[in-house]
Amino acid sequence: MAEMTLIEAIRQAMDEELARDADVFIVGEDVGARGGVFRATQGLIEKYGAERVFDSPLAELSIVGVGIGAALYGMRPVCEIQFADFIYPAFNQIVSEAAKMCYRSNGAWTVPMVIRAPYGGGIGGGLYHSQSVEAFFTHVPGLKVVIPSNPYDAKGLLKSAIRDPNPVLFLEPKKGYRLIRGEVPEEEYLVPLGPANVSRPGSDVSVFAYGMMHYYALQAAEMVASENIAVEVVDLRTLYPVDKETILQSVRKTGKALIVHEDNLTGGYGAEVAAIIASEAFTDLDAPVRRLCGPDVPGVPFSPPMQEWFLPNAEKIAEAIRQLDRF
Amino acid sequence: MALTAEMKREMYWWMLLARRLDERAWVLHRQGKIAFHISGIGHEAAQVGAGFAIRRGYDWVAPYYRDLALMLLLGFTPRDFVLGLMGKREDPNSGGRQMPNHWSLRAANVVSLSAPVATQCVHAAGIGLAIKMKKRDQVVLTALGEGSTSQGEWYEAVNWAAIHKLPVIFLVQNNKYAISERTEKQMAVKSAADKACGLGLPGISVDGTDVFAVYEAVANAVAEARAGNGATLIETVAYRITPHSSDDDDRSYRSHEEVEAYKKCDPLQVVQSRLVADGILEEAVIAEFEQRAKEMVDEAVRYAESAPYPDALEAAYPVYAEEVRHG
Ligand SMILES: Cc1ncc(C[n+]2csc(CCOP(=O)(O)OP(=O)(O)O)c2C)c(N)n1
Ligand SMILES: [Mg+2]
Repeated sequence: MAEMTLIEAIRQAMDEELARDADVFIVGEDVGARGGVFRATQGLIEKYGAERVFDSPLAELSIVGVGIGAALYGMRPVCEIQFADFIYPAFNQIVSEAAKMCYRSNGAWTVPMVIRAPYGGGIGGGLYHSQSVEAFFTHVPGLKVVIPSNPYDAKGLLKSAIRDPNPVLFLEPKKGYRLIRGEVPEEEYLVPLGPANVSRPGSDVSVFAYGMMHYYALQAAEMVASENIAVEVVDLRTLYPVDKETILQSVRKTGKALIVHEDNLTGGYGAEVAAIIASEAFTDLDAPVRRLCGPDVPGVPFSPPMQEWFLPNAEKIAEAIRQLDRF
Repeated sequence: MALTAEMKREMYWWMLLARRLDERAWVLHRQGKIAFHISGIGHEAAQVGAGFAIRRGYDWVAPYYRDLALMLLLGFTPRDFVLGLMGKREDPNSGGRQMPNHWSLRAANVVSLSAPVATQCVHAAGIGLAIKMKKRDQVVLTALGEGSTSQGEWYEAVNWAAIHKLPVIFLVQNNKYAISERTEKQMAVKSAADKACGLGLPGISVDGTDVFAVYEAVANAVAEARAGNGATLIETVAYRITPHSSDDDDRSYRSHEEVEAYKKCDPLQVVQSRLVADGILEEAVIAEFEQRAKEMVDEAVRYAESAPYPDALEAAYPVYAEEVRHG
C-alpha cells in the first residue's frame, strides 16, 4: 500500500490505462507539456508521446466532439475539460450526441469515452472556477456520472470508466486534489461503476454525500460520535445511474436521511435522492428528509467570507446531523 | 481516375433511383402514409459525385439528412429507406427510434446522425484524428448544408482538421436556403469555401448540378487526404427544388417563378442530357432504368407497409452499451 493524494491516484489510473491499452489517449487543453493546469497528466507526455497525450485547441465542444468521433472509430479517449465551469460549450455534444448514440442507433454505435472535469468550490475560484455541474448531467440517460471522494475510489473508478463501453462524466472534487490522501494498493484493482459505498456504518442518521462533501461528512460523523450519535455515511460515488438499493437500505436502518451537496439546492441531485427515499421508504422514515446544499445564488462568490457562507462544511453538516437526530 | 462510360451510366442510375424514391416519399406523405419527409431532390449530383470519389465501405461517412442518394450508394436499400420513413422495426438507422433520414449504417462505416445541425462535423474530425493515430489511409466524408456552416461545431471541426491535417472532406451542399434564409443571411463572404480558407483549409466551390465536376473535385481532395496532405472543403452549389421539408410552405419566402427557373438546371436533367449527347445513354437504357427504379420503389413500399412496427416496450432499450442485444 502506498499513501497518495487524490490527484496522484487519478494520474496513476490514466498512466496504467495508457500502458495497458494502445487505444486509450488523453486530449484536452494544456494536458501535454504542461501536464494539465492541476497536474493531473504530469509526466504522461514524456512516457506516451504527444499523440497520446494530446494538446487540443481551446475549444470544449470539439474536445468532446472529436473524442466522440475517435470513440466511434474504436479509440478510448479520455477528454479533459480544464474546469467543469467550461463544460457548457460541450453540453450539446455530451447530451445530444454521446449520451444518445447507443439508443438512437439501436446499439449499432457506442461511445466509450471518459470526460474528466475538476469541479467544486472552496479554492477561491469565484463564480467560474467553482461550479458543481452534476445536476445538469444526472438527468441524462445514456451517460454515466461518477464523482470519487478518495484516492482508492478515484483510481479504481477512473480505470473502470476508461474501460466502460459508455460515455462517462468523471467529476473530480478539485479542492480535494492534494488535501485528500489515502491508501492505494500497489496491485491492479478496479472499483465498479454503479454501487454506492457505505463508508461509515451507523444506526442513527444516514448522510448521503459525494466528492468533497463526503470528506466533510466523515469529519462531521466523527465530531458527533462523542455526542452519542451513530452516523452512517454513504458515498454515492456513481450518481447516475443511481444505486437506489444502498440508499434505501441505509434509510430503512436509520430512519433519518440527510443529503449534502455543494451544488445549489433547487433541482439539485439531492432532490432525486430525497424523492427516492420519499417514494420507496416513506414508512421507514422517522423524520423529514433533510437537504444541506449550496444556496440558490448564481455561483460561489470569491471573497472568503462569502465563499464560506456558500459552502457546506464539517461544522454545518454536524449541526444538521444534530438537528435531525433530535427530531 | 477518369470516369468510364459505364461508371457515368452508373452515376446516372443512382441519381435516378434516389430521385424516384424521394418523389415517392412526397406521394406517401400526401397520401397520409408517412408523417414527415425531408428531401434530397436537387442534391443528387453533389452526393453521387462525392460518393463515387470515396472507397465505399472502407472510408468513413458522417452524412446529413438530405443524403439519400449518398446513402443508397453506400448500400442503403430503397426498402431500408421506406422502413425508416414509416418508423418500422427493421429501420436500419435506429429501429424506428429516430425520425426519417437520421442515417446510420455501421456495415458501411456510416456513423449515426442526430438533428442538431453540424454536430456530425466534429465527429468527422475525431474519426479523422483516429485514422491518423492508427496510421491508416482511410478518409472521412462529412456533409452539411451551407446554413449549418454558421454553427460553432463546423468552425471547430474545420479548425481541428486544418491544424492537424486530418483526412476529412467537408462537403457543403449549398442549396441557397436554410429553411427560409438565403445564404446572405448566413455569411458575409460569397461561399463557405472562403470561410474554410480563412481557417487554413483549401476551400473549393463547384457546380453542384454537375455530377462529374463534383466527382473530380472530391476525388482530388480524397487523394490529398489519403496521401496525408490533410482536409479540403468542397462547396457544391445547387438549388433546393422542394420546400425545406414536408412541414414547410416555401411560398412565404420565395416565388414560384424562382423555383421554376431553377428546375431548368435540375441535376438529373443536366446529366441525362449530357450523357445522351455524348452517346453514353440511349433512350432504351433510360427507359429500362426508369422501369427498374419504379419496380424497386414499388417493392420497397409494399414491403415496408406490411412490415411490423417495433413493440412499444422496445423503446426502453438500449440506453447503455450493456443492453445491446446482438444477433
Ligand atoms: C442546431 C439546430 N438549429 C436549428 C435546427 C432546425 N433546422 C433544421 S434544418 C435547418 C436549416 C439548415 O439549412 P442548411 O444548413 O442550409 O441545410 P439544408 O437544409 O438547406 O440542406 C434548420 C434551421 C436544427 N436542426 N439544428
Ligand atoms: Mg441550405
